[in-house]
Amino acid sequence: MTGQRQKRVIEHNPPRDFKSRFMRWEFLLLALFFGVVIMNANMSPNFLVAHHLFTNINTFLVRGLVALTMTYCLLMGEIDLSVGSIVVFAATTLGIVFNATGSVFLGMVTALVVGGLCGAFNGLILIKFKELHSMIVTLGTMILFRGLAERILGAEATGGMRSVTWFANLFDARIGPVPYFFIFFCALAAAFAFVMHRTTFGRHMFAIGANRTAAEYAGINVSKTRLKVFALSGLICGVSAIMFASWTGSIRSNVGEGYEIEAIAMCVLGGMSTAGGKGSLPGVLIAIFTVGLLQFGMSLMNVNPQTVRIIIGALLIIVVTMQNIRRIIGKKITQVKA
Amino acid sequence: MPEYVLELRGISKLFPGVKALDGVDFQLRAGEIHALMGENGAGKSTLIKIITGVHQPDGGEIYLDGKKVLFKSPRDAGAAGVAAIYQHVTSYPHLSVTENIFMGHEKRKHGLIQWGAMHKEAQALIETLDADFKAIDLMGHLSVAQQQMVEIAKALSTNARIIIMDEPTAALTRNEANRLYEITDKLRDDGAAVIFISHRFEDMYRLASRVTVYRDSRYIWTRDIGDVTDGGLIHAMVGRELNELFPKPEIEAGEEVLRVEELSLSGVFKDISLTARRGEIVGVTGLVGAGRTEVMETLFGLTPPDSGKIHLNGRKVSIYSPSDAMKQGLGMLTEDRQHKGLILDWDIGRNITLPELSRFAKMGVVDENSERTIAKELAERVDTKAKTLFDLASSLSGGNQQKVAVARSLTSKLDVLIMDEPTKGVDVGAKAAIYEIMGELAKQGMAIIMVSSEMPEILGMCDRIYIMCEGRVTGELSRAEANGERILALAMKKAAQQAGQEVSQ
Amino acid sequence: MSVGLRKILRSREFSLFLVLVVLCIVIQSRNPQFLTATVIDSILRNYSYTILMATGMLMVLLVGGIDISVGSTLALSGMTSALLMRHGVIESAFLAYMVSLGVGILCGLMVGLVITKGKVLPIIASLGFMYVFRGMTFFISGGQWVGMQHLLPEFRAFSQGAALGISNLLWITIVVYILVFIMLGWTRTGRQIYAVGSNPEAAMVSGIRSDNIKLFVYAFNGALAGISGAMFVGFYASAQNNSAMGLELDIIAACVIGGVSLKGGQGTIPGVLLGALMIAVINRSLSLTGIDPFWQQALKGAVILIAVTTNILVQRRATRLSLARREI
Repeated sequence: MTGQRQKRVIEHNPPRDFKSRFMRWEFLLLALFFGVVIMNANMSPNFLVAHHLFTNINTFLVRGLVALTMTYCLLMGEIDLSVGSIVVFAATTLGIVFNATGSVFLGMVTALVVGGLCGAFNGLILIKFKELHSMIVTLGTMILFRGLAERILGAEATGGMRSVTWFANLFDARIGPVPYFFIFFCALAAAFAFVMHRTTFGRHMFAIGANRTAAEYAGINVSKTRLKVFALSGLICGVSAIMFASWTGSIRSNVGEGYEIEAIAMCVLGGMSTAGGKGSLPGVLIAIFTVGLLQFGMSLMNVNPQTVRIIIGALLIIVVTMQNIRRIIGKKITQVKA
Repeated sequence: MPEYVLELRGISKLFPGVKALDGVDFQLRAGEIHALMGENGAGKSTLIKIITGVHQPDGGEIYLDGKKVLFKSPRDAGAAGVAAIYQHVTSYPHLSVTENIFMGHEKRKHGLIQWGAMHKEAQALIETLDADFKAIDLMGHLSVAQQQMVEIAKALSTNARIIIMDEPTAALTRNEANRLYEITDKLRDDGAAVIFISHRFEDMYRLASRVTVYRDSRYIWTRDIGDVTDGGLIHAMVGRELNELFPKPEIEAGEEVLRVEELSLSGVFKDISLTARRGEIVGVTGLVGAGRTEVMETLFGLTPPDSGKIHLNGRKVSIYSPSDAMKQGLGMLTEDRQHKGLILDWDIGRNITLPELSRFAKMGVVDENSERTIAKELAERVDTKAKTLFDLASSLSGGNQQKVAVARSLTSKLDVLIMDEPTKGVDVGAKAAIYEIMGELAKQGMAIIMVSSEMPEILGMCDRIYIMCEGRVTGELSRAEANGERILALAMKKAAQQAGQEVSQ
Repeated sequence: MSVGLRKILRSREFSLFLVLVVLCIVIQSRNPQFLTATVIDSILRNYSYTILMATGMLMVLLVGGIDISVGSTLALSGMTSALLMRHGVIESAFLAYMVSLGVGILCGLMVGLVITKGKVLPIIASLGFMYVFRGMTFFISGGQWVGMQHLLPEFRAFSQGAALGISNLLWITIVVYILVFIMLGWTRTGRQIYAVGSNPEAAMVSGIRSDNIKLFVYAFNGALAGISGAMFVGFYASAQNNSAMGLELDIIAACVIGGVSLKGGQGTIPGVLLGALMIAVINRSLSLTGIDPFWQQALKGAVILIAVTTNILVQRRATRLSLARREI
């Protein structure tokens, strides 16, 4: 423009103030995490034995995988209740294909394909029926997918795949004390974080979660993005199913029950808002480890796993209420300034 | 008996980032119809919400019958005899008309609601209004005009003595509006005092005995209707002469980029045909509810049409979604920037770059430095009133939010840009800036379609004007042909009678 | 009256009723044992608490909320009165029911307070309390279950007994349905529940105290879960720690099939009753028809999906038709 008036200058360098960096939710969470570690280490000498520690971490990372994709769902203001059911359905098909063909590799491929298709099925219903909230659709598929697994398995179990050494090693094998699965998980988490915070796809997810209509008006292909995220969610459930099979070698129809609840709890604790558009993947990552190690430490101290549930539930409620109070106070302050 | 039934003195109201009212006065006499005038964003709606107890003032006093009062909630105001008919209909879509009318003051016996009696009374109220629906109909199934009637019935049912009507005629047809005039007269004759807000001067001259004008959150004056002239009123509302506002550049129109042929959507609009050429600013106007926004949303791929053709750059195109539309070179700035246009929780910079994010990305990875540099440049070009790029969009005033929304289109490769009510709720300074940018975009060769209800900007900025009425295009005027009266006549024309010949012109 | 009749015939509830009738006829044709008093009684008795709790969930969904902690509330309240019976603190069946009711109300109030005052989203708040209440059940019971011998004989007799040929548990359910039906249809509070969910902003403008309404609804929902706790313990003659796990899904499913919108403001008692009966019939009847009972869950999931998607299609058609009727 050619206006003669004095041009306003807008600062475009990111602010570098101490408070905004260190008062972030992730830092409070990190403090909580170290609190848990220190408490555990003090209470039980067995806690910091690397071998045990990693064995345990491996087991909760099977669920942690689900929390990673749940992060994307919540970020977009969606929720996927069917994750646990996709895990059991994919694991069931893995077992069936393995027992029918003798090839565990074929079984793995089946699990991934089935997982991805289940997720895409969720996504397709959601974009064809935009009026429906994902909670209700995935509630239906949650019952449906587990029902299919129940139909296939009945009261029986399928398994035996741990007899294939390389397959058992997916979960078991280590470099020194560090399991390959742990490394794989960390790499996957890093990839998830990178996509979420550094790429256009991630920014689009943030936009859709913050205001779906505004995102649509800005020319973002909302349907395609939702479909992708739900399909990805199913695919990762397939990975989780593979890791579960590699870990236990036996699949019953109750596998993966409650995964959705636990994954949501981890995400919310990690700072994700279920309303969408807010949160960070590092936060969720810290929450996964905090919750996992809390459970492990408590089990070492022979604390009833149900007491652990009380603690996690209470933690969840307190944390979210606290975040809300912070936000309300923050708003009041800006209002006074204005 | 005090002179005024309702008097407001020095009322102020602050919202985050905005001073919505700045020490305004208002006096309402018993048995008068008092028109409250002002541009969008002048503070009228906020004043209403203070009178009805939805908001509490941050300063000033309210006197009812000479006694100082404090309405802590809508319930208090209702108990004191204040009822409001809101601009955006605040109804319960899942409930019946009866229930919408009686919500909060149901007829009860032994604690149980007397549906029979309520339906009967509601039906009687509807009949006095000559409305064409039944008391047992679901609110959600009614048209906007019918819902407006329900709102009026609601106010009638409470026997309120102070009735506020916030743009009640905006969505009504001529006949419905006439009926409303009669009802309003009758209310006054029965002793109620009415505050009437409208953008139609016609409403004001027909109904009001006194007029109060607000501008930019401040009180300007109150006059008897006999002392009011169009010019004086406009001057008071806008604050300066109109023509200096419109920096319309002279641009030679280029080739045709958009051609719409007989676009129809059942029950919403019919046989819409229009064209736009490079460098042209095309106006689309009409009364609220004429279907303008709906046509634009169909062009932008939000709702698929039932029939009709759209050509972009001479090619016939099918647009299934906004992302499709933008890929094909057609963009849209929505009227509702708070809810649909901007992401208010986001900072200015990210809002600016969102539609064109892939331009700052390599292999899908965003280069945040170049993103910020460009965003800063654009924000400065539209002269956004902000200190840093990291200020949240929600902290900006309406005008500056709109500047941010406009900034998005500055570097885009769009051929056609639809701007739906681009200056709605925007302060005067920002308006000028937005007009200037429109001219700039047209000079770059973009075709601009401006949807607007505000006559001055339609007349001041557009090369050609389409006028819509009840879902049809009722006329097309060139800049030279257009004047306020002709546009108004076309905008109020009964579509059914004249549609055929007008569309073919 | 013909207007009223047409309205009923066109309603969603009526088509749901037809579906239920067809379902019953199909089952009946495969197994003549189905529509006998014994089987019907057994279905209703077994699912009385599901049917009962669906009314509470209806109210929660009407205000635009959700409560997935009800299964845990049921377990906690049932366990509390069972333990008090074992320790001899409670000595009448009535008191046992009242204690469960009280615990349920407290649980519901807590959920409601966190949602209204803490401004936590309903799904998250109730998720947290689902953990907490279930955990507390284990905590107070020390992980043990309370067996038949510890329960008052009077309590068991009432819970398993019948009056006028209808099981006592069903009586409770019937009374609650009538009360809630009247409350939702004919009291101011009931209508305000619809108003808050239908348009929260309008509710604020018309002076409705939304927070109080919501609090009431969650407490009421908790109360029903509490009574169900006592019913559950009495019916199965034992209090288990893992009672009613996953029950919330059945209850929400019943509401959804019954046409309740998760967005609030839409849903009726007859609809929920039919939805809950549908769930009960699906759950119970597969074994009667010779279909592999392991199809049960899959079928339920499919029914939910079909119910919600058809509803959308019908709504879309209705909107199109009403638009097409407008002249332009």
